[in-house]
Amino acid sequence: MSDAVSVCNGASFSGAVQVLDAGLCGMITLRGDLADEKLSAAVKAATGMGLPKPRRIKKGKRGAVAWMSPDELLIFVDYDLADSTVTKIERALQGQYFLAVNVSDARATFALQGTGVREVIAKGAPVDMSPQGLPVGEIRRTRLGQVAAAFWLSDEEHLTLVCFRSVGSFVYDWLCNAATEGTLPRLTG
Amino acid sequence: MLSLHCPYCGVDVDETDLTPGGEAHLVRSGSGSDDADFEAYLFMRKNPRGVHFERWRHSFGCGKWFHAARATDTLEVFGTYSAQTKEPPQDVQERIRARRPDWKGFGKGDRI
Repeated sequence: MSDAVSVCNGASFSGAVQVLDAGLCGMITLRGDLADEKLSAAVKAATGMGLPKPRRIKKGKRGAVAWMSPDELLIFVDYDLADSTVTKIERALQGQYFLAVNVSDARATFALQGTGVREVIAKGAPVDMSPQGLPVGEIRRTRLGQVAAAFWLSDEEHLTLVCFRSVGSFVYDWLCNAATEGTLPRLTG
Repeated sequence: MLSLHCPYCGVDVDETDLTPGGEAHLVRSGSGSDDADFEAYLFMRKNPRGVHFERWRHSFGCGKWFHAARATDTLEVFGTYSAQTKEPPQDVQERIRARRPDWKGFGKGDRI
């Protein structure tokens, strides 16, 4: 099989903040009844983590689990482990209704780094990007420009954004443009 | 600009994150119903100046449908609630009554 590469193949841009194609990232969409104990046990067995609270993303040594909707999770693992993690979940939940799909190659991931990451995203997403509106560790599914995206802050200077791979290069260009030096409002206080 | 509270995500969502779904609480008249009811179900929609109940979908977010009670003339939102109900919850109806004393009540007198 040919070598998999991420949508912008590791491109990076340095402006008001740094924009980086975060490379290949294993992602699994899991849909099912999140209140079901068997499902949370399966997630725990596959990732080593319990379920996150609504809107939160939980991180651990082997990846992360994000709450996407009342019946959907997005599980982050190493790219190479995505298929085997899906198999693990499928075995654990055999016989009940659920859906687990490896969507790694359908997604693009970008990392933003710098003091103005909130301001960059605020240019194109209809979201209150203040620390009260989007606290650290909370994932928000919304749009960026006119394409669907989800993002969260792991601390005040690090933001990760996930979008569909089909719009990956557009989102990268959009982020670089939004992060042009001298275009962010000056932070006061 | 309209901003609605998604009852599933628990966040205030901008109108551009949502997809409108038209009038809420439609009663389906299927086969066996008379022609007038079927026509009303298919084509007749309320278009009030004032209190209106609507369906919205948080399409860029969780993807769930929910209902919203709002005023079409002032864009005031009285509340949002689960779509799995046949009429607006009591607390939403009370809020509407408090803000709009002339409102006749859910399903009463608001047919065009």
